[in-house]
This record gives sequence, structure tokens and C-alpha cells, in this order.
Amino acid sequence: MSHEVLSTPVVDTVKAPNRAQSRARAARRRKAVVNGARVLLLIGVLGLWELLARTKTIDPFNFSMPSKIWDQIWTWITHGTALGSLGEQIWYTLHEALLGWIIGVVTGVVFGIALGRITFLADVLGPYIKVLNSIPRIVLAPIFVIWFGLGPASKVASAVVLVFFPVFFNAFQGAREVDRNLVANARILGASDRRVTLQVVIPSATSWIFTSLHVSFGFALIGAIVGEYIGATKGIGLLVAQSQGTFNAAGVYAAMVILAVVALVAEGLLTFAERRIFRWKPSGSDS
Amino acid sequence: MSADTSPAIELRGASKIFKTPSGGLHTAVRALDLTVGRGEFVAVVGPTGCGKSTTLTLVSGLEEPSEGEVLVTGKPVRGVGDKVGFVFQQDATFPWRTVLSNVMAGPRFRGVPKSEAKQKAREWLARVGLAAFEDRYPHQLSGGQRKRVALAATFVNDPEILLMDEPFSALDVQTRALMSDELLELWEGTGASVVFVTHDLEESIALADKVVVMTAGPATVKHIFDIDLPRPRKVESVRLEPRFIEIYREIWESLGEEVRITRERGAAHVA
Repeated sequence: MSHEVLSTPVVDTVKAPNRAQSRARAARRRKAVVNGARVLLLIGVLGLWELLARTKTIDPFNFSMPSKIWDQIWTWITHGTALGSLGEQIWYTLHEALLGWIIGVVTGVVFGIALGRITFLADVLGPYIKVLNSIPRIVLAPIFVIWFGLGPASKVASAVVLVFFPVFFNAFQGAREVDRNLVANARILGASDRRVTLQVVIPSATSWIFTSLHVSFGFALIGAIVGEYIGATKGIGLLVAQSQGTFNAAGVYAAMVILAVVALVAEGLLTFAERRIFRWKPSGSDS
Repeated sequence: MSADTSPAIELRGASKIFKTPSGGLHTAVRALDLTVGRGEFVAVVGPTGCGKSTTLTLVSGLEEPSEGEVLVTGKPVRGVGDKVGFVFQQDATFPWRTVLSNVMAGPRFRGVPKSEAKQKAREWLARVGLAAFEDRYPHQLSGGQRKRVALAATFVNDPEILLMDEPFSALDVQTRALMSDELLELWEGTGASVVFVTHDLEESIALADKVVVMTAGPATVKHIFDIDLPRPRKVESVRLEPRFIEIYREIWESLGEEVRITRERGAAHVA
């Protein structure tokens, strides 16, 4: 398909089309070229990998190869994994990540806005939050497994601690950087402090918060996966751990591919939600 | 003391001292005495950065005076009251609200039921000529249209006191004249008392009953001039009248000196 598109740029000079048409055509052509180059790059990299592995230039046992990874994914899809169906594993991980993400985002936003609005709280809690943030939080995952056991709770907890901080800092910053004019205007128009927080500070902080939501969903997945990797009964992280335990390199890669797809779908949904919420932003302007 | 006979705004020896970020003290307003009668349109002119805007924040209740007293309709100002409307220099429309919702904000904040607020907001939008734009977001409007939204959002609260801080300074000259005329029309229907801060002397004479000239900062009142041009006025034509030019010359003699002082100070800072 890409080949066909790449070979079309023969301009019909006979008809002398008007400018708008030719410009639109040029834009379409550029898009096709970009997409074509992308596909070629992917095919090139995967092909090279396959080739090097098949000719034993790299050790296929350690590095596996794309065809084996695909076979592994296919086996998981059709016959299920050693832990149960693949869908179940994905659902398990997603469920933990989502729960951890929601809890982390809500607490992060609430704390961020509260500290951003109430200077006393910010002054008192500020240093402690800095200390907590400086801890490499991923090391808490084993502790959570000890505290909360092998079930989902420990994974949710590690996702929460990873998600909380970036969301908190962005919400805090957002609440601090609210346009003073807007706050003054709201107060003049008769808004109480509570109204100012709900109807001025939070809406202006949403663009800050949303920036952190994209990053933090990735963190939530990491939290869930690491938790599962350390100790679990189900989930993609456990799939990685088991594949690794049985020297199944293809299994590790396959789990990674599945994770990437999951993360991309989540990202897409988030972008969609963002577009709906930020209709008032200039980028959505159409007139 | 009866609240009905007292002037709309009274500043008695009001001063405002700010702490600068470097820890020093900056006096923005010093021993300011000013009285604005009911229904009076007062323009305040002065060199840039002299503390005109600070005067407005004192009257609005957004800031408290460091010394002296500020009275609105005979009562001392304690925080933001419900009699005051404020049109800011910068855009202060809420970008995430539609035009209609922006104008509804004031009544809604003050507890007016939604349907009533909507109806009032629609009335004012019609009066500023934006009835067809109620579903737009502020970024989809021109600067002049956004200012109209701000005016409607302020007038919808029926303010007794209208404070305006160089509201039209960001607009181009033609839009500015148009907006000034519209402001006069809107104001004449309300009987509100206006304090209009500007650095544009022409604008102040064309609009006001009284022009207050401030000194170079810290601001205090230097002279007050009565403008005896007949109303209703049209900003573009009143400018050409001989009386206007006479008044202009008279006030400029007073204001020009302060502007020169400010400039010399600026030059001294640079040197």
C-alpha cells in the first residue's frame, strides 16, 4: 500500500489545478510520505532483528526474534497463558493500574489545590512532601507486598505512590499560578473563597493537571507491573516474571508489546477526554 | 448619618504602602483625599505608574489602606462589597466559560437563581450587541468584543460604584472611541458613580464630569477640574469643540509637569 502511494507524486501539469487543490494534494502527499517512512522504518528494524537472529549473528535464545514473539502472543491469545486467559491478565493489571491511578490523581489534585490555596498548609507540609518525593518510591513496592499481601491491594498502593507526586506538584503549581486578575475579578463579582477555588482555581489548574495525567498513567502501569513482578497471583508483570524464570525471552518481549498497546490505548482515551474538556482553548478554534 | 446623603466614595487621608520583594517599602498612594458624588463620572489621570490603580483597589476593597479611611456610601470599606463593579485593564473574562456564562457569573456568585441570571445576562449581552455570540468562548472574540463581555458582566450586577482601570488601553484607537461612546450610553441608564483611571487625557475629558490630576508617585490629588461640556456627548465630535481644547490645554499644564517629573526620575534610574 505504502509503495503505491509513494509512487503517485506525478503532478498533472496539463490541467493546471488551482492553488487550494494543489496545496491540499501536497499536504496529503507529505502525510503519505511520512506514514510510508514510518512503516518502512518499522519493517527495517524488525527485519534486521529477525535476520540477525536467524543467521545467529545475535543469540536467538537471549534476544529472541520478532516471529517468535508474535508466535508467543498468538499462543497466549488462542490457548491462554499458564496463569489463565490473556485477557484476564491484562484486565488484572489494568484494573490495578486504573484504581491506583484514580486514587493517586484524586488525592494528588485535592492535596495540590489545598496546599496551593492555603499558604499555612503549604508552609507546614512543604518540607515533608519534598522529603517523601526524594525517596525512590519504587523500592516501596516490596514493602507494600509485605503489608498488603499478593493480592491487588499491594499493586494499587505502589501505583498510588508513583502517581500521587507528579499530579500533586502540577496541581499545586497550577493553583499557585492562577491569573490574579481572574481571582480579583471573581471576588469583585461576588464569589466567596469556596467559589473562587471551585470555579476559578480548579478550572485554571486543569491544564496543568492534565499534563501530569498523561505521564502519571504510565507511572500507574509501572507501579502495577513492578508490584506484580515482585509477587502476585495474576497479571502481566507476573507473566514477565514467569517468562524470565523459564528463560523464555520471547515471553518477556511479548508481555512488553502487550503493555505498550495497553498504554497507547489508555493515552488515546486520555487525549480524547482532554479535547472534550478543553474546548475553550484556542487550539480548538475553528472560526 | 444617613447613607442616602453621603457621597458615593470618600477617601480620607488614605495611604497605601507595599513591601517590595527586596524588603524595602514602596509608598504607592500618600494622604489621598477624594470625594466622588452620587452618579458622578470622575476620571483620574496621572503619569504612568503613579499609583492610580492602587486607589481603585482601595475603593474596591481588594486592598486595605495602610493609613486613613475609605468610605463607600458613607460606610467604611471592609473587604469586597456588593455595590462595586470593576473593569480591569487586562482581560479578566473566564476563558473556560462561554460568553453567556461569563456574564451570568456575577449574579450566580451572588445567589441569583439560574433562570433569572440567564435572563439578565441575555438582556445585557443584547445591550452591548453580543446577543449572537452567547455560545462563543472568549478566545473566539476580538479584543473589543471581550471588553464588551467584561462591561456586560460588570453592569449585570447593577453596581452603584463602577471602577475602571484603564479599561480600553489595550484596544486600537477606533475601537476605543466606539467603546467610550458605548460606555457613556450604558452608564447614563444606570446612575452609577464612576471612577475611571486612565493616562489618556483626551479620553478622560471626553468621558468625565470631573478630571482629577494625580501627582507623580506616590500619588495624591494635585488638582480637580470640572468639565462643563454638555451631555450626551459623542467622543469623536466632542474632541473638536473649542471648549474641549481649552480644557485640555488647562489640564495639560498641570498634568504635563507631573509627567515631566516622572520622566526625569525614570531617566535618573537609567543613568
